[in-house]
Amino acid sequence: MTSDKKTPYMSLADIKETLRAEVIVGHDNLDIPVKAGTGSDLMSDILRGPTSGSVLLTGLNNIQVIHTSVIAGIVAVVLIRDKKPAPEMVSLAREHGLPVLSTPFTMFSSCGRLFNKGLRGVE
Amino acid sequence: MSYLQRSFKVKFNDFMKAGDVSVQIQGILKTIGFDPDLIRRISICAYESEMNMVMHGGDGDVLLTVGLKSITVDVRDDGPGIENTERAFQEGYSTATHEHREMGFGAGMGLPNIKKSADAVEVNSEKGQGTHLKISFNVE
Repeated sequence: MTSDKKTPYMSLADIKETLRAEVIVGHDNLDIPVKAGTGSDLMSDILRGPTSGSVLLTGLNNIQVIHTSVIAGIVAVVLIRDKKPAPEMVSLAREHGLPVLSTPFTMFSSCGRLFNKGLRGVE
Repeated sequence: MSYLQRSFKVKFNDFMKAGDVSVQIQGILKTIGFDPDLIRRISICAYESEMNMVMHGGDGDVLLTVGLKSITVDVRDDGPGIENTERAFQEGYSTATHEHREMGFGAGMGLPNIKKSADAVEVNSEKGQGTHLKISFNVE
């Protein structure tokens, strides 16, 4: 993980490794910097924080996750517990250039693993 | 005086298209080149409004008006109206159905998020009369 004193970040490739994630959308975007993380299964909760530039961990698996993420400035979505997105979700993510990954870990474990690697929350 | 106006249709219960309008509004504002935080606040308000219409409000319209000193998002629908506006703006209060909650909605934060993000919100709504939300933002 690279950091300057003001904005530590992880690359999406680091996140993929840490979460043993499968890349569904965004194979060419793994070098993007991710400056914070957020985990939620409530759309309005996701929209509340300063989420621009962050990764979203979620168990929600529907097309609205993509819209919410685009609106919120989220740079990558990771579905937890091995969830795989439906075709329309993949298609919309590709249209917006939004990487979507899938990790076998639970929300708690995923957040913990990223936190241990130095990624912090959006607050 | 406005220098851009765009109107969009929103369809009740169309969850495949829901969110499209807000993303388009975000795109327009990014193209014009407004401050990113202003765009984020406007986009959140547009999205929460759009989802309220899709879930509760019935068919309606979203009108984006961009002026030199202010931007407004006017949201009108032909739905059932808001019976108690004060309660509707309370954090945690929601009339979302089970199906809505399964999709991740129903936190009861939609209208509170709009209030928090906007510079001003005017609500005209009565039970059985539809709803008009005028959401305003100052352009610094």
